[in-house]
Parts: sequence; structure tokens; C-alpha cells
Amino acid sequence: MKDMQPVIRIDGLTTRFGDFVVHDNLSMEVRAGEIVSLVGGSGSGKTTLLRQVLGLEKPSAGTVRVFGMDINRVDAATLRHLRHRWGMLFQHGALFSALTAFDNVAQPMRELRTLPEDLIRDAALLKLRMVDIAPAHAMRMPADLSGGMVKRVALARALALEPELLFLDEPTAGLDPALSESFVDLIAMLHREMNLTVVMVTHDLDTLLALSSRIAVLADKRLVACGTAEEVVRVKHPFIEEYFLGQRGRRALQGMRELRDRNKGKGVHDGK
Amino acid sequence: MSNPQAPAQPPHPVLSLDPRRQSTVIASGAWQVQALARPRAIRQVRDTLRRLPQAATLQWDLSGITALDHIGAQMLWNAWGRQRPPHLALAPGQEEFFRRLEQAGALSLPKADSHPWFSIVSLLRMARLLGGHLLGLIGLLGQLALDLGRFARRPLRGPWKEISANVYRIGYQALGITALVGFLIGVVLSYLSAQQLHTFGGDIYLVNILGMSIIRELGPLLAAILIAGRSGSALTAQLGVMRVTEELDAMLVMGLPHGFRLIMPKVLALAVVMPLLVVWTDAMALVGGMVAAKAQLGQSPGYFLRALPDAVPIANYWIGLGKGAVFGSLIALIACHFGLRIQPNTESLGQGTTASVVTAITVVILADAVFAIVFNGVGYY
Repeated sequence: MKDMQPVIRIDGLTTRFGDFVVHDNLSMEVRAGEIVSLVGGSGSGKTTLLRQVLGLEKPSAGTVRVFGMDINRVDAATLRHLRHRWGMLFQHGALFSALTAFDNVAQPMRELRTLPEDLIRDAALLKLRMVDIAPAHAMRMPADLSGGMVKRVALARALALEPELLFLDEPTAGLDPALSESFVDLIAMLHREMNLTVVMVTHDLDTLLALSSRIAVLADKRLVACGTAEEVVRVKHPFIEEYFLGQRGRRALQGMRELRDRNKGKGVHDGK
Repeated sequence: MSNPQAPAQPPHPVLSLDPRRQSTVIASGAWQVQALARPRAIRQVRDTLRRLPQAATLQWDLSGITALDHIGAQMLWNAWGRQRPPHLALAPGQEEFFRRLEQAGALSLPKADSHPWFSIVSLLRMARLLGGHLLGLIGLLGQLALDLGRFARRPLRGPWKEISANVYRIGYQALGITALVGFLIGVVLSYLSAQQLHTFGGDIYLVNILGMSIIRELGPLLAAILIAGRSGSALTAQLGVMRVTEELDAMLVMGLPHGFRLIMPKVLALAVVMPLLVVWTDAMALVGGMVAAKAQLGQSPGYFLRALPDAVPIANYWIGLGKGAVFGSLIALIACHFGLRIQPNTESLGQGTTASVVTAITVVILADAVFAIVFNGVGYY
């Protein structure tokens, strides 16, 4: 079984760009199996926080521990091993434009240098199938794929090495509602099947409410709230009120409640 | 946990025959990609697989596997010949992986159609590409002529800011590198010629050799090659990135034509700036030659400067300036041509920039040869 230590633990994190303070003494935890969403206004440092957890940027102060290891202090070999245990879906996919969709997914496996090519081929095609990309499209270049397909191929690439931890940066930005919904279902399905822990940055209220087991709200340089949607909505803070209780927020929350009532009617009970 | 910094190693994936019942294969350990990727793990598994008796009645017991993922499952699945063996014991939770593999069926990549370079298809493709480049260049030239006409009719509404920005970037900022290279080439040329001339007592002809070769040939050519490498690549990459970031499309939508706002300013700027750079490079190369002549032959700079007008007829200066303007326009046109053809991906950006510089330098040398033929009898005594 997994031990109970958190997958990600951020302690006293401070970020400064020159005089501009982005995060001030921020702390948070992500436990195994959760889907945690980071929300916050533009420029509140959501993506910066994600990049710091990934080790792409160094915080000015504080520690970031992933799987119990301080990511800014581990040696290179441990960090490499660590990087095989997580996957990241970048906002615009960040597919290698010189490689076909198939090669993009196969690349992380090839990089291990030990897996036989036929196994890589089968595994990559299976991953592409999991995200609903037909083999006929696998040999296309990223430039020839639509936005939704790029995202799905990028998700397949992020999942190539069977990570335990998956980072998503705006997973549904730029997708039409139907595509967003199928993408959300896809992530929920993969989360269930692959025992993933997911950390996601999103602006999309529907995605947020559909997926998150917890929501972390970044405002005023710190986490002003962190908990389930119901708990977060009850927190008195101007940003939360504007975000969740504005026109759009109310609609999304209403939709969520209706959905839950319907599920209750079908006999799905939660604790209360 | 004793040392939190050291990640726990998953156990090796192991495949073994049950010692009691020889028809049962037991898989144990972690069948996960990280465990399989460890050195020798795959080879050991494959060795065991090869030694298995070829019986269809083999029983597979997977319940000893501590952790399974899709890649480990795929490995076993392939060993079974992509089908479920008749006797299979699974631990709870493993079923899902194999169900997925079964559902996926045989996935195979479509064959990429490849032709050798000499086949009709490849030759046709190459011809089409070449034709596309030629047509593109002709189109660009035509558009440039129209834009120049529009500019001439209403010079006040022309893109003066863009022109001056390009003059600054391509001209002023290149002064240092052209001076350095010009000076050094002057020194080299002077040393080389002085030695040869000295052997048969023709020291005074050093001025003629340096003056003619630098002003008529080397100055324009050096400046053009440097600018093609320095600014040609930059212009191509700039246009290419504008394609990637959709700035080019944004310009069209806002009614800012590419030709008038992007291409014509660059061509004009280079046509203006190149002759100036040629003069500058000429001067630096001659200074280098003078310095070397002083050191090698003891010729004073004063003598050098006095002898220069007699050694080099004035027509050569005009030819040098003309070459500068033509080379500059060619470099700008080629850079823009390749820049506009870049597709929105990194591969194409690299290819386009390389092609732009190589083509620009080749075309400059080609044009130089044309100059040599056309002005065959001009500028000599």
C-alpha cells in the first residue's frame, strides 16, 4: 500500500520577481489519489507554482517536496528517476513538432534505452488508443493535427511512462464544449484506471467542478482556501465570491448540484 | 522510512516455471515500466520466455505480481502471441489491463509511403518544389515592383519607420563585424601579394592589386556574405516566427499587406545600407592592407593613398556600389521568400533559415559572376 505521506508538500514557498512578490509563505499538500485544482486570477502565479513543483523554476524561499524528496536539493540521478514518475500536459501540448504523433508518445519510452522497439510500438499505440487517436492519425505531424487532437496526443505522451502523478496546465483551454467534456471524461477515466494523482491548473469552472476532489484558491499571494467545492464556496473572500458566485459560477454550481441530486436519486449516496 | 531522499526500488520483474508443476509459469515482482527499464530486466524475461516449453497448455499465474502497468501487461500480452492464454490466473485489478489490450486488438501503424529519390514520384515532387520556389520568387518580385510604385506615388505614407529600423539593425549594428573581417582580409591579402611581388621586384604594384581586388571584388562580396549570414538568417527567422505566432495572419486581417509593410522596407533598407557597408568594408580592408604593406615592404600609408586613385579607375567604385545595392536586394528578397514559406513548426524554421542563408550566399556569388561578365571591359586601363 502507499504510505500516507503526501505526494506533494509545499512549505513556506515565496516567489519574487525583482520587487514583485508572487507567492508569500505559501503552503499546501497533495495526497495520493486526489485531483487538486489550482484556481486564481490571471497573474496570481498558478502556472509559476506548477513550474516550481516541476522543478522548472526555483522558488526564492521555501521547499517543494515531491514523493518526499526536496526537488531543489536532490542529486541529478534521483531527479531523473523522479521525472519518470510524473507526467505533464502543457497548455498548448508542447508536442515536438519535428516528430510524428506516434514518435512523440514513443519518445519517453525510447529514452529509457532498454525497452525493445516492438514493445514500444505496441505500448505507444495503446496509449494513443486510450486517448482516442486512431493509428491512421498516429503518423501525422503535430502541425497537421487539430487542437483537440494535439491535446490528446500530449496527454498520451504525458502518460507514456505510466506516471503516478499527472500535471495538467489548462487541460480544456481552447477546446469546444463537447471536446472539453470528452477530455474531462478521459482524465476522470484515466485517473480511475491508472491510480493517478492529478494536479491541474484551470480557469474552466465546469472542468473544475467536474474533476476536482479538492480546489486550492490562489489569491493575495497565498492559498485563501483549499478544500472541496462546497467548503471553498463558503469561504468569505472577494475573489472566491466573484469567481464562484458570479453569473457563470452560479450556473456551474447549480449544474453540479442538479447532477448530484440526480445521482442520489439513482441510489448513489454520499455520507450526508 | 530510513532515508527519504532515496526512492524505493521496485522489485525486479521475474518469470519462472513452477518447480512442482512444470506446466505453470509464475510471474512475480513489479511488471512496471520503471522496473522493466532496468538493465538486463528485459533480457532475463526474454531468456526465460525462450526456454519455456512450447505447449499450449501452459498455465500462467500472474497473482504474484506486486505492481502491473500497461507496458508490463503489453509485454506479457506479446509473449502470449497477442491473445489470452487458456489458463490464466490473475490477481484482482489486473483484469482491467488485459481487457483493455483485448479490446484494442491488433493495432498497427499505417505504412509510410517511401520512394527512392530517383523514382518518378520523388522527381516530380522535387520539380514541383523547385517550380514553387521560382514562382514564389517571381511573385515576390512582382509584388515588390507594385509596392515600390505605390511608395513612389505617395512617399509620405510609406513605411519610413520600418525602413529606418532595418537600416539601423542591418547596417549600423554590423559595422563592427564588417570592419574586423575587412581589416583582417586586407592584412592577409597584402602579406600574400607583397611576398609574391617582392620576388620579382614589383613592390609598387601592391597598391594596384589591393585596390582593384578589394574595391571591385572582395569588398562587396565580403560585406554581402557577412550580411547574408548575419541579417539574412535573422530576417528569415523573424518572418518564420511571425508565421508561427500568427502575426502574419493578424497583419493581413488588419489590412496591413505583407509586401508593403514587411518585405519592401527590408529590401529598401538592404539596398540602401549595403553600398554603405561596402564602402566601409573597402576602407577597412585597405587600411589593413596599408598596415601590412608598411610592415612587410616599408611602403608608407601616404604613398599608398597617393597611388590609389591612379591605380584604380573611378568606374570600379561605381561597380562596387552597384554590386552592393544588387546584393543587398537579393539577400533581402531571398530571406523574405524563405521566411514566408516557413510552416508553423520548429523543423521548418530551422530548414528555412538554413536554406535562406545558403541560397543567399550562392545567389550573391552567382550575381558576382554575372557582374564580372557584364562589366568585362569596364574599369581597366
